[in-house]
Amino acid sequence: MLRRPAAAGPADPWGHGGLVSEILRVNPIACTAHGICAELLPEAIQLDPWGYPIVMPGELTGEMLSNARRAVASCPALALVLEKERA
Amino acid sequence: MTVEVVPRPLARQARVPRLLAGPGTRQPIGLLEHERLHGQLPLPPARAQRESAGRLIDVIERSGLTGRGGAGFPTGRKLRSVAGARGRPVVLANGAEGEPASAKDRLLLSRSPHLVLDGISLAAFAVGADRAFLALHRQEARLGASLEAAAEARAAAGIDEIRIEIVGIPGRYVSSEQSAIVQYLNGGPAVPTFSPPRTHERGFDGRPTLVNNVETLAHIALIARHGDRWFRSAGVPEAPGTMLVTVDGCVARPGVYEIELGMPVGAVLVRAGGLTEPAQSILTGGYFGTWLPADIAWQLPLTRRDVTAAGGALGAGIIVALPASSCGLSETARVLRYLAGETAGQCGPCVFGLPALADALADLAYQGERRVGGQVSALIGLVEGRGACKHPDGAAQLARSALRAFSADVIRHRERGPCYGVRRRPVLPIPGDMADW
Repeated sequence: MLRRPAAAGPADPWGHGGLVSEILRVNPIACTAHGICAELLPEAIQLDPWGYPIVMPGELTGEMLSNARRAVASCPALALVLEKERA
Repeated sequence: MTVEVVPRPLARQARVPRLLAGPGTRQPIGLLEHERLHGQLPLPPARAQRESAGRLIDVIERSGLTGRGGAGFPTGRKLRSVAGARGRPVVLANGAEGEPASAKDRLLLSRSPHLVLDGISLAAFAVGADRAFLALHRQEARLGASLEAAAEARAAAGIDEIRIEIVGIPGRYVSSEQSAIVQYLNGGPAVPTFSPPRTHERGFDGRPTLVNNVETLAHIALIARHGDRWFRSAGVPEAPGTMLVTVDGCVARPGVYEIELGMPVGAVLVRAGGLTEPAQSILTGGYFGTWLPADIAWQLPLTRRDVTAAGGALGAGIIVALPASSCGLSETARVLRYLAGETAGQCGPCVFGLPALADALADLAYQGERRVGGQVSALIGLVEGRGACKHPDGAAQLARSALRAFSADVIRHRERGPCYGVRRRPVLPIPGDMADW
């Protein structure tokens, strides 16, 4: 799972004092192995022998986070989600 | 002046049996006999309800009761979170025993239906539910009919505040998973769903849904009558009460037993008549469980903490003694083949990974294939944690424990081919797969 601590400060839309990170998750029921996510985000997603994504552990840095958003938006099955989670 | 002699309820006198108190038959214990044994359902009068619902949850929380369906979650905490959730709660009793090696829920439901129905009624009262379901596998037609009759008798006697609805679900392994039952009741297919939303927040009809195993509910029926201290008088402080276990394998009297938590595995096997031949390994926790070497398992107290610390799994209380003459690898390969066939067919890693894992284990067990050892481990890593439900995780756990417990066999199979044990009659039950034997 990928986590990126959000900056604390006046912009704290979730009211958790900045303790929010975003996690990349695959909904395995929705996923049908298009593999587009692994092309757009190879540094964070690899494909298993059957073509299904494996999300690598590690932090989502600034650029990776924007790539992750692009991958989420590009999934034809809407199976890739960024979830907000308290750190 | 006449003195009425009230028979002392059996359950108050003895620490064990509790759930299985009464005559030693498989016949259902009728409503009158049930009330003679355990006393009437302790539902408070309408006026005092809200306060006493909170008190009932307190008592259950203090009792230390944990879920008996496999996950072992603290029951009181679950009740409290459903009671406090937004929306009118629903109670769902899970009596759909999907695990082929388990027989305890079926025995409890067929023998002591009113204990379970009391528990459902009390749980519904505690969380303020206006609907309550008891889910069974659809093909258990006789059991379903006997429970319908029990519910009918209760309705006629005006016992419950709400009518308990008996529902039959498709009889597959994954259909007994709680999100699968909820999706089925909501009009969908009986397969697990992606979470969130979690069942206890948004389940049946989008309402908070309390899902409990039927044994857990039967314990609630007794705790409500006798209190939390009584419950803790059996078992050990960190794991109070009794539990039902299903014992199978090379024991003289395989079957369901009610034991106090903390009883060593060896003592449970002795309760089941003792070993009929030397055991090499003990399966704890069923087909999502783990193999433990027999000498390690023998002394192990049956509590979640102790069994987990030893690398085992308590699960729904399944203990199978594998005889020394059996082949643990082929037994595991058969179970993996079964589990692969029981995938809901929804998640790619489970759909493709479990058959591949079953193939690799079968090669190792029956062909003595040289390279598959590494392949089995790699496949375990590829399926674990990658499904919407715990089906692939359970299968992976069993396969991994087999590589560990039967590591000497893995080497022997590779060097000399399969052992004699693969020709022995299988020990672990697989539905519809014993015809060859």
